[in-house]
Amino acid sequence: MADNNLFTLRIITPDRVFYEGEASMVEFNTTEGEIGIYKQHVPTTVIISPGILTITEEGGMKEAALHAGFAEILQDEVVILAEIIEWPEEIDAGRAEAAKERAEERIRSKTPETDILRAETALQRALARIHVIK
Amino acid sequence: MASMRDIKRRKGSIQSTQQITKAMKLVSTVKLQRAKQNAEKSGNYFHCMYDTVSSILKRTKNLDHKYLKSGEAGKKAVIVITSNRGLAGGYNSNVVKLITRGELAEEDLAVYAIGKKGKEALQRQYEIKADYSDVIEEPAYVDAMAICKEVLAAFSKGEISEIYLAYTGFKNTVVHVPTLLKLLPVEINGEEAPEGSGENAQDGRAPMNFEPEDEEALNLLIPKYITSLIYGGMIEAVASENGARMQAMDSATSNAEEMIDHLTLMYNRARQGSITQELTEIIAGANAIS
Repeated sequence: MADNNLFTLRIITPDRVFYEGEASMVEFNTTEGEIGIYKQHVPTTVIISPGILTITEEGGMKEAALHAGFAEILQDEVVILAEIIEWPEEIDAGRAEAAKERAEERIRSKTPETDILRAETALQRALARIHVIK
Repeated sequence: MASMRDIKRRKGSIQSTQQITKAMKLVSTVKLQRAKQNAEKSGNYFHCMYDTVSSILKRTKNLDHKYLKSGEAGKKAVIVITSNRGLAGGYNSNVVKLITRGELAEEDLAVYAIGKKGKEALQRQYEIKADYSDVIEEPAYVDAMAICKEVLAAFSKGEISEIYLAYTGFKNTVVHVPTLLKLLPVEINGEEAPEGSGENAQDGRAPMNFEPEDEEALNLLIPKYITSLIYGGMIEAVASENGARMQAMDSATSNAEEMIDHLTLMYNRARQGSITQELTEIIAGANAIS
């Protein structure tokens, strides 16, 4: 098993099992920054922040837009409990663009009432969606 | 004895009622199938969520965190999940009874209602803080997030000191258990798992690290945990509602059947009686003439 660098990756959302399979690497954004995970990672629990999830499988790479949730990383298994996650084909490009513009507008013309944090996460989410479809 | 026409009319009305209950039974059977599938699909998520949160809390026993201790003052909030429609047997009243007959005092209770029936039953006695009745038609995770956000905001502000969730747990198609679950402050023990207890096989594993640190992780995780419990409660409640309605409509249909049988018998007797009477009258009349 020395040359086997695959680990089990499970991505679970509240309504379905989003992905289940063997991967050699998975990358995504956490609250502490971007991380890439290989097999034999130190057991860690991380909180996800909006970004792109990249799964490297034997056959190639897969991307998805991952918006919220947390991940439990064990040495030979990674479980991502995603609140919101989408495959590229599930994303509505027009809506994502509109959301991006709205969020940018809100940040630009900020008033004391603006919830900047919320606008920023919305922007992050829109950017992740747009990036994934391209 | 009631006249033939009366009996016939009564029978007709029961028959049409029976048709309605039969149709409702069929509809809720189909809905139940779907709701059951949903409940099974999302079960995975809650087990993992529960396992993770309990493993964190086990590691960090002496943590002084706002979500782990109850506020000194303030009301107790109950999120009550019922249905928007009736005709589901004891489904709604069982949930309501959990609250009215529970140990929770009347004056310091704030109700967050999901489902019209529960709201209507409780609003005379208790304060209804918010009403999310539309949500239960088709529970979505985002709805649970919104509810969770509002409740947690009230908790953080000190308006409420404890949060409970009252819903009907779905064991299987015929067994539904009204459940009162304490959401906040978080208390993890074996019985609190939303559906069966998750297996905590954490002991043999290497110690878990947290990024960010424990306290911050809890800050972020607990809202997710609560949201998932609320969502799970809604999903199970919908399944139970349809299961309860199916049962109620099934027995209503068979009751109607029984009544129709009885009325048919009465009708035939009445018909026989009137024929006999007419005959006697005719014979008596004929005798009188001759």
